[in-house]
Amino acid sequence: MSFNNLDQLYRQVIMDHYKKPRNKGAIEDGSVTVDMNNPTCGDRIHLTMNVEDGIVTDAKFDGEGCSISMSSASMMTQAIKGKDIDHALKLSSVFSDMMLGNDYPDDLDLGDIEALQGVAKFPARIKCATLSWKAMEKGLQNEK
Amino acid sequence: MNAAELRKHFPILDQEVNGYPLVYLDSAATSQKPVQVIEAVNDYYRHSNSNVHRGVHTLGNRATDLYEGARDKVRKFINAASTKEIVFLRGTTTALNLVAQSYGRANVKEGDEIVITTMEHHSNIIPWQQLAKVTGATLKYIPLQEDGTISLEDVRNTITPNTKIVSVMMVSNVLGTINPIEEITKIAHENGAVMVVDGAQAAPHLAIDVQKLNCDFFAFSGHKMCGPTGIGALYGRQALLEEMEPIEFGGEMIDFVGLYESTWKELPWKFEGGTPIIAGAVGLGAAIDFLSEIGLDNIEQHEHKLASYAMDTLSDIPGIVIFGPQRGKERASVVTFNLDDVHPHDVATVLDAEGIAVRAGHHCAQPLMKWCQVSATARASFYLYNTEEDIDRLAASLLKTKEYFSDVF
Repeated sequence: MSFNNLDQLYRQVIMDHYKKPRNKGAIEDGSVTVDMNNPTCGDRIHLTMNVEDGIVTDAKFDGEGCSISMSSASMMTQAIKGKDIDHALKLSSVFSDMMLGNDYPDDLDLGDIEALQGVAKFPARIKCATLSWKAMEKGLQNEK
Repeated sequence: MNAAELRKHFPILDQEVNGYPLVYLDSAATSQKPVQVIEAVNDYYRHSNSNVHRGVHTLGNRATDLYEGARDKVRKFINAASTKEIVFLRGTTTALNLVAQSYGRANVKEGDEIVITTMEHHSNIIPWQQLAKVTGATLKYIPLQEDGTISLEDVRNTITPNTKIVSVMMVSNVLGTINPIEEITKIAHENGAVMVVDGAQAAPHLAIDVQKLNCDFFAFSGHKMCGPTGIGALYGRQALLEEMEPIEFGGEMIDFVGLYESTWKELPWKFEGGTPIIAGAVGLGAAIDFLSEIGLDNIEQHEHKLASYAMDTLSDIPGIVIFGPQRGKERASVVTFNLDDVHPHDVATVLDAEGIAVRAGHHCAQPLMKWCQVSATARASFYLYNTEEDIDRLAASLLKTKEYFSDVF
């Protein structure tokens, strides 16, 4: 079964993260907690992180949303764990460029995140993909 | 009524989306516009544009006649007694806010009650929440039955002699429930409350007679009934409107202006501060002509058939959950559903890939979504230009969606 262009959006790795989300849940007494929602569609995320000496030592998310928003949250937590704040924020800005269809530096290892590239071609879904990243940015900016 | 013929009046429907002929199933959000409406607005700007109620010149008179002529069309459309009872506003939201801020603040005090239902659109919740906060009144909800309808017994139990305002949507934009407005109005009046009707999803689809409903206020939007965006109307009982203070002050709504005191124009203009929505009113007038020529009864009948056909066709899809009155029950032509575990955004994206436009999300009814125990749903809504073939296309694509997501999972 295939639909024109849809396979670019619903890549196997995205569906894998949606079905088996990494870092799902909440860190009790996490040092950073962010709640964010997308008021136009009802998606919501509860993001908890532990930041020690400028390093994101742990990150978990909880929430409700579509395959794109939830898989993106899963990939995001995976990508920032063990990274320092600047690196995490850099990833976020690269991700934002990716969603806008802009060029972005290729010196960062994006791993699974690259699979979300196709979202840029579906303007209605970009906000789904960026929700968790905006939550992470908001949380970490306060820690700087 | 022949929907396939009527479709030809809607140029936007004659296009391909993502390689498929467009199937537009989002009319509850906004309807498409027939060429008659597009041309009326175009014609107004080409030949008659001028400000109203002040020009001595010919165009000024022409614009005023068109604007006030549109008001009379609205009056006839909902069978109000007088054009004094028809206030042109931006839409249902603005109209409900006017009632809450003007009538509400003057007549609701601490200890009073405002009664609405759990199925309301945000535009018929938040104005009352705010009014309750400011006045210290209590906001009460008429609960829903399991099938998404309300029972008159619950209405009687919720409305009390302390209730000052009852505000209920006539047709639910999510559940498709058609509420018994006449009966609720009766109960509201028996308790001394005024009855406000959110008619946004009713006016496009059902013949409205405000005198028969006997409601005190009726709000609706032009853009959901083939008219332009940015224009709607509030019907208000004349005796109530006479007593109400405007909430917007400035040009156009005044009688005499002094340095420290001013007086207002008579009804309905005291509520229409600033240069009015002239082109919008002209477009709404053309939409009313268009709908009236087809006949609201014919539209209602066509949509009734479509709703039954949609319920029969969609209910048979394995894994579908349809909210609101089920197959065989009275309902409006809007079908809100979820499909297996596929998130409604994903459903809407897949349908869009096949040229089918549906809405996904909370439909501006978060308390209702909570009642449905979901965070979001998909919604297909129909109008006079939709056909059974559109529903067949929807059903076929939903089956493909199921298959697609069972493949990728």
